[in-house]
Amino acid sequence: MSAQLEFFYEKMLLIRTFEETLLRLFSQGYLRGTVHTCIGQEACAVGIIAALNSEQDTVCSNHRGHGHFLMFSEQNMYGLFAEILGLESGICNGKGGSQHLHVTNFYSNGILGGMVPVATGIALAHKLKKENAISVVFVGDGAMAEGIIYESLNMAALWQLPLLLVVEQNQIAQSTPWTLEHGSIIEDRSPAFGVPRIAVDGNHVESVYNTAKELITQMRIDNAPRCLVLHTYRLGPHSKGDDQRSSTELAMNQEKDPLKQLEILLTQQIVTHIKMRCQKRISDMLTHFLIS
Amino acid sequence: MPTYLKELQQGLFTLLTNDQRIILLGEDIIDPYGGAFKVTAGLSTQFPGRLITTPIAEAGITGVAVGLALRGYVPILEIMFGDFLTLCADQIINHATKFSSMYSAVSCPLIIRSPMGGGRGYGPTHSQSLEKLFLGTPHLKIISPSNFHNPGRTIQQIVQYESNPVLFIEHKLLYSEFLQVSNEIIHVNLQSSEEGYHTAIIKNYTVGNPDLCLISYGGTSRFLPKLLTDLAVEEVRIIAVLPEVIDPAPIDILVPYAAAARRVVIAEESTADFGWAVGIAGMLYEKLWKQLDCPIKVVTSERCVIPTASEQEKEVLISALKIENAIMEVLSWL
Ligand SMILES: Cc1ncc(C[n+]2csc(CCOP(=O)(O)OP(=O)(O)O)c2C)c(N)n1
Ligand SMILES: [Mg+2]
Repeated sequence: MSAQLEFFYEKMLLIRTFEETLLRLFSQGYLRGTVHTCIGQEACAVGIIAALNSEQDTVCSNHRGHGHFLMFSEQNMYGLFAEILGLESGICNGKGGSQHLHVTNFYSNGILGGMVPVATGIALAHKLKKENAISVVFVGDGAMAEGIIYESLNMAALWQLPLLLVVEQNQIAQSTPWTLEHGSIIEDRSPAFGVPRIAVDGNHVESVYNTAKELITQMRIDNAPRCLVLHTYRLGPHSKGDDQRSSTELAMNQEKDPLKQLEILLTQQIVTHIKMRCQKRISDMLTHFLIS
Repeated sequence: MPTYLKELQQGLFTLLTNDQRIILLGEDIIDPYGGAFKVTAGLSTQFPGRLITTPIAEAGITGVAVGLALRGYVPILEIMFGDFLTLCADQIINHATKFSSMYSAVSCPLIIRSPMGGGRGYGPTHSQSLEKLFLGTPHLKIISPSNFHNPGRTIQQIVQYESNPVLFIEHKLLYSEFLQVSNEIIHVNLQSSEEGYHTAIIKNYTVGNPDLCLISYGGTSRFLPKLLTDLAVEEVRIIAVLPEVIDPAPIDILVPYAAAARRVVIAEESTADFGWAVGIAGMLYEKLWKQLDCPIKVVTSERCVIPTASEQEKEVLISALKIENAIMEVLSWL
């Protein structure tokens, strides 16, 4: 059990350290364009993707996808970093940048909601090939206002496709709280289309993992779609320095930081050890790219 | 002679027979209905499981086809009326064409077929030639065979040759037309590009140089047999050049014909201004500056709504008469 927690903690911390480094490099002028970090939401990426088989399952991700990517393909961390730095050695030759990532079975794009029908088509391909594979797509609560997601839910239900729609309900979209974006709760959406839904605490990595594992086991048997709503909180800015939420609100949510939750459960010694390992991996990476 | 529709059906039949990657999707495409214009008639019966009739969700089904294309299939998606392609634009422009170009080593062999054009009284939202909106989109090929081409051959060529998205535009009025071949007056040649696509070269004379080069594509071909025959009677020598790939246009194939004639008319059914004809004219000016006898004349439909009422519709759409008038105007330059 503890081994699993350590594993989750290390994965989440690597994502956190990687992204905090990005924010620092941004302010130092190494990066251009934009980066959206998933600081505070690492348990969503780690819990879901740990439950997949990356050899056969596919992931479609969104603008906030570094965490999804690193969890899916940690071995391509340098390629991701190079991509974000705008180097030709990046996984997309520097063409894609932060929001447009691809290796093997992983695809991300910067158009909110637009990957959901694509993931539905991928799920159809999985089903037609009888591969027993799952197509996962990540969206935010804000994206859940995009109409094409509902066209996709209808088709996933109609054709009974192995599509797992994961909604990271971090309660905000850029600057707008979800209460100003939605007239009804997101949990009620997919069931109306015939797609069963489960909602869990997205900051609790074990809950996310166990729920995802259970859903995926069911989906490999019945090949049918599911929706998983993860309640979480964006601890960082939308992209860089663009955050007007109150410090009280932020402080309250710091308490629920998914990393802190695990630090309480692990021994001090292990935490320190993992922190050092992650720091070293990131500083080795920076050295490799000649960044101090 | 077979019709445009029959040849297209035959092309799809051959593809489904020979290539297991092919999947047809679209609204109302399965039997007994077989598609709003019957292009897929009979196919769902002959190829069970290979045709998927979809919900009425043009954006969503385009995305689904993109997903299939990313994962080893060659989806051929029918959008019932070309006017509805506005709904597919995000999936075409921000998804399909981006995946094949911004990711490394990803192909997205998506084919979207759609009927365009007016002349049947379908009114403002079912008669347009909206391929215009997609012209110039990077990594998108737009192909629109005329009835001097063979659309069944073309669709097979696309499957064989392309790994990126293609818009395949069919003019509604061509479906019932017979494919055109040479006769005593009109001589048809098909010139092949390196990629194997055809440009139809049609002459209404046998000896000498052309008086004028008429460049067009797709559905306007329906006017040409009669128009070119009538002009032959008046001893006006026309060379008509119709590429089936309209974007990126095979400009190097067009230039020598335009240069030989020194007078050029470009016709398209879409609305006036900022369209295909204007774009081709711009490219020709760049290559043929000072080699032409007079300005290039562009003929299009009017820039307005396409009315349902027959007489009003005729007034705004391009016609044989409007093309003929343009030809006469250009020939009247001294
Ligand atoms: C179609 C589209 N509209 C708007 C944007 C600009 N945009 C990028 S992220 C974002 C907020 C997204 O909120 P949400 O879906 O909740 O995801 P989160 O950022 O909270 O992870 C917006 C408006 C976009 N990228 N795509
Ligand atoms: Mg959000």
